[in-house]
Amino acid sequence: MPSQSGSSTGQTSHLTPFSTPYASQRDIPKYRISENGAPGDTVYEMIKDELDLDGRPNLNVASFVDTYLDDHAQKLMAENMSKNLADNDEYPAMLSIANRCVSILAHLWGVQKGDKAVGAPTVGSSEAVHLGGLAMKRRWQERRRAQGKDTLRPNIIMGANAQVALLKFARYFEVEARVLPVSEKSNFCLDPDLVRENIDENTIGVFAILGSTYTGHYEPVETISKLLDEYEEKTGVWIPIHVDAASGGFVAPFTYAGTGGWKWNFELPRVVSINTSGHKYGLVTPGVGWIVWRDQSYLPKDLVFELHYLGGTEESYTLNFSRPGAQIIVQYYNLIHLGFQGYREIVENCLANARILSKSLEATGWYTCVSGIHRPAPANHPSSTAVATAASDVAHRAKDALTSAAAATTATTTNNPGGSPAPAAPHQTAETSAAYVAGLPVVSFRFTDEFRREYPHIQQETVSLLLRARQWIVPNYALPPGEGQTEILRVVVRVSMSFDLLDRLVADLVQVTETLMQRDEVDLSVLQEQRRRRRSVGDSVG
Amino acid sequence: MVHLSTIPDKDGVNGTNKDSFTTSVYGSRFAAQDLPRHEMPEGEMPKEVAYRMIKDEMSLDGNPMLNLASFVTTYMEEEAERLMAESLPKNFIDYEEYPQTTDIQNRCVSMIGRLFNAPASAGENVGAVGTSCVGSSEAVMLAVLAMKKRWKNKRMAEGKPCDRPNIIMSSAVQVVWEKATRYFEIEEKLVYCTPDRYVIDPEKTVSLIDENTIGICCILGTTYTGEYEDVKAVSNLLTERGLDTSIHVDAASGGFVAPFVVPELEWDFRLPHVVSINVSGHKYGLVYPGVGWVVWRSAEYLPQELVFNINYLGADQSSFTLNFSKGASQVIGQYYQLIRLGKHWYRAIMSNLTRTADYLSDSLEALGFTIMSKKSGEGLPLVAFRLPHRDERQYDEFALAHALRTRGWIVPAYNMAPNTNKMRMLRVVVREDFTKNRCDALIADIRLSQQALEQMDHDSIRKQQDFIHKHQTAGGKATHNHPKYRKEQHSLQGKTGKTHAVC
Repeated sequence: MPSQSGSSTGQTSHLTPFSTPYASQRDIPKYRISENGAPGDTVYEMIKDELDLDGRPNLNVASFVDTYLDDHAQKLMAENMSKNLADNDEYPAMLSIANRCVSILAHLWGVQKGDKAVGAPTVGSSEAVHLGGLAMKRRWQERRRAQGKDTLRPNIIMGANAQVALLKFARYFEVEARVLPVSEKSNFCLDPDLVRENIDENTIGVFAILGSTYTGHYEPVETISKLLDEYEEKTGVWIPIHVDAASGGFVAPFTYAGTGGWKWNFELPRVVSINTSGHKYGLVTPGVGWIVWRDQSYLPKDLVFELHYLGGTEESYTLNFSRPGAQIIVQYYNLIHLGFQGYREIVENCLANARILSKSLEATGWYTCVSGIHRPAPANHPSSTAVATAASDVAHRAKDALTSAAAATTATTTNNPGGSPAPAAPHQTAETSAAYVAGLPVVSFRFTDEFRREYPHIQQETVSLLLRARQWIVPNYALPPGEGQTEILRVVVRVSMSFDLLDRLVADLVQVTETLMQRDEVDLSVLQEQRRRRRSVGDSVG
Repeated sequence: MVHLSTIPDKDGVNGTNKDSFTTSVYGSRFAAQDLPRHEMPEGEMPKEVAYRMIKDEMSLDGNPMLNLASFVTTYMEEEAERLMAESLPKNFIDYEEYPQTTDIQNRCVSMIGRLFNAPASAGENVGAVGTSCVGSSEAVMLAVLAMKKRWKNKRMAEGKPCDRPNIIMSSAVQVVWEKATRYFEIEEKLVYCTPDRYVIDPEKTVSLIDENTIGICCILGTTYTGEYEDVKAVSNLLTERGLDTSIHVDAASGGFVAPFVVPELEWDFRLPHVVSINVSGHKYGLVYPGVGWVVWRSAEYLPQELVFNINYLGADQSSFTLNFSKGASQVIGQYYQLIRLGKHWYRAIMSNLTRTADYLSDSLEALGFTIMSKKSGEGLPLVAFRLPHRDERQYDEFALAHALRTRGWIVPAYNMAPNTNKMRMLRVVVREDFTKNRCDALIADIRLSQQALEQMDHDSIRKQQDFIHKHQTAGGKATHNHPKYRKEQHSLQGKTGKTHAVC
């Protein structure tokens, strides 16, 4: 009789994964590759079950990274999982799709006539930032050498709100990071006044962030650009800007608010390169970023390597080589499936939901928002002109979409007969982001000063902890160093944060805060234990 | 009673045709239009249509089964594929959200470290450390950064200048090494190959060392001939001469082969001078593209300044990567393969591949080719071969590669590393899914192509090659490459004509 428990080679005969030794007696290998293998279905089941301990992506409002793909995108992703983006000889169609995406993005970001934009897909914005920074460094070295000057002490300017990738670039490529403090006055973003004081002939460039991960504010690229113009007039030193639009690159171009009336992209001659994450508001799951240079002259030749294949040639400027290409295919799918209008509707919805969340939080009187997207655009602010431009823009763009929008409105009303008018349905009231301060769909909030005075024993961090028990991940961390030690809670409103889910989040936030208000100091002391292990000032995660 | 019905006028009929929502993909107006290439379309496209259009376009890509140029895995079991597809939305770096995924990575690092005989941890700050990467390129760059920083710290402590670092490597290195030295501003000291030696010469290597040398790169399995470089000899010479130079082993391809096929070969942390090793999970680690690994002998070889501590919702993470957010599927796929196959089945697969490679070598030798790669597990399971030197022959290796292309096979032809008399070669990588059966089909096609070429004169070979290059290869048709970066003169390829081999 053949043995039921299997032979010594590890081929176990079994009815279901749960009838194998792995179900009870044997630990699955953790630290050492096992001598014999295990059956595929069993391993699948064991790993899958273990991964159930991971969080629920949709309730993680800490991250910008997309977790939702529609069915067709998922299918494309799975079908192309084995394709290697580096292998152009084998996958020419994929490569041509990557090039189309670069071209589409360059146009979206206002590439200028006569300039020959170049660009590349990356694994994410980190790689893109490294490539952008390195090109600026090399160009600076070339300029200095041409002038017969030393190249020993390059520096780069960024705000203290910079994402860790920007700091990594400076450390790894040996450029002095001039991290400028941020303040409430500068919206916790790069402060143009400080930029003026910190630039010199050794500045390789300025990193401007389109969409601070802390508060969602856009850094004033145009102001910085003008200031660098003045500096150049005075000293003759030319300093370029790289825009880190990791989150904002797929938001600002589509929203009615834009960036609030000022320019940020290749329309400014000083902006030499822009990067974005496809896996944030580009609506692809993790693993894709993009970088575009305004013109080939900003990407020094000696950084680009040519690879010869079977008589063919491929140019390569990446830090990674072999890597999956499926994300790029899905990026293209999104671009042509959604089109400009589709992206616009999605980010406008995100912004509308973020406004509702902000207003609900402030309505409680317990919280105040540090983020600004729910505040009306000031009348004397340049964004009032933005409203006008946006409005004419709307009229222009909406011409053909008008009929279908009207049809949609009718459909909603008929589907909802006698229903109370929804308190927040921005599309029905034709309210757009143009009437508000421009920014990412991010809500950063903290306890009001009155609340603090009344309940000094309540730590803001406890809110985050208690929300965690309800499966929400709402991080609490300190704003970048510079002004005081303000801590904020942050909610990123992503595409999959529907109105209904938002309603639950607000309800849970209110309940959690109320619970805390009813407890006294002794009750809460147990939670302070948790605090100790997270005392250090952290970077926010993009 | 008569029911009267109106016949719609022309507008009424055509009006419905304008609707982009249609049940038939190929009946929709999109099927008769160009796909957007340069500018985002204003309106949307139904998802069925967008899906089908892109899928159809992807069918123009090659057949991975016939691509013998690449080491990168193209086959995984269904269960592994399912697991990976389910993990696609997971962001690998998001530790707070996906703690289990991070734990799985740590297990893989541990398993791979032990596979390379890493010294076990014996307390805080001792014992191997490692991380997952997108691929060996990222891994190599991280290892180079670590070596450079360590050297710099040492020099600064001694009060000596640290502005001219150099690194010693073979001229057969993969392009990432040239990138790393260029991007991080390190001088490259090359040990050149000779017409009969395609790997690093330990003696020459060690004699190149000076006070500015940050380390030595040894390749476990060069991409040209698959030969393992003699790490042990280099390490022994260092010991003999009392030098403490670090060695990094680039085991991108060999790291998952040598431990199973030639376990007695000493190339890893058993040698005292080896400080770090990288390996590609997506080559013989048998995972789809997007995963590599790098392991350091101990935390002391990874300078603290390079590691960023990120606080993410209370969870402190140490991060030493060039990439940040990325998919988690490949790491999970790697863990699946490691525990699914175990050492036993990795050994079985690698032995089969070695056997197939030997069989292919013998058959090609019988056809009159000169074999340049090693046999019976002394190198990677690949076959590098060239035509014997004969003056009257009208065709070269590139012509043969082009002829094979018409049969669907991608067999790359390369110019060898510099100083090898402009030697040319063909290379077949034996991957997991290259069975003996398919090997026989390849041999038959090589024989047919050879016979056809023998009968042609010089001109017609030239013409045919041009034709195939223009019309049947992707590279020949490519128009996307930027003219500015064409014909670069700064790399080994630009300077010497050496081909950066595909890997």
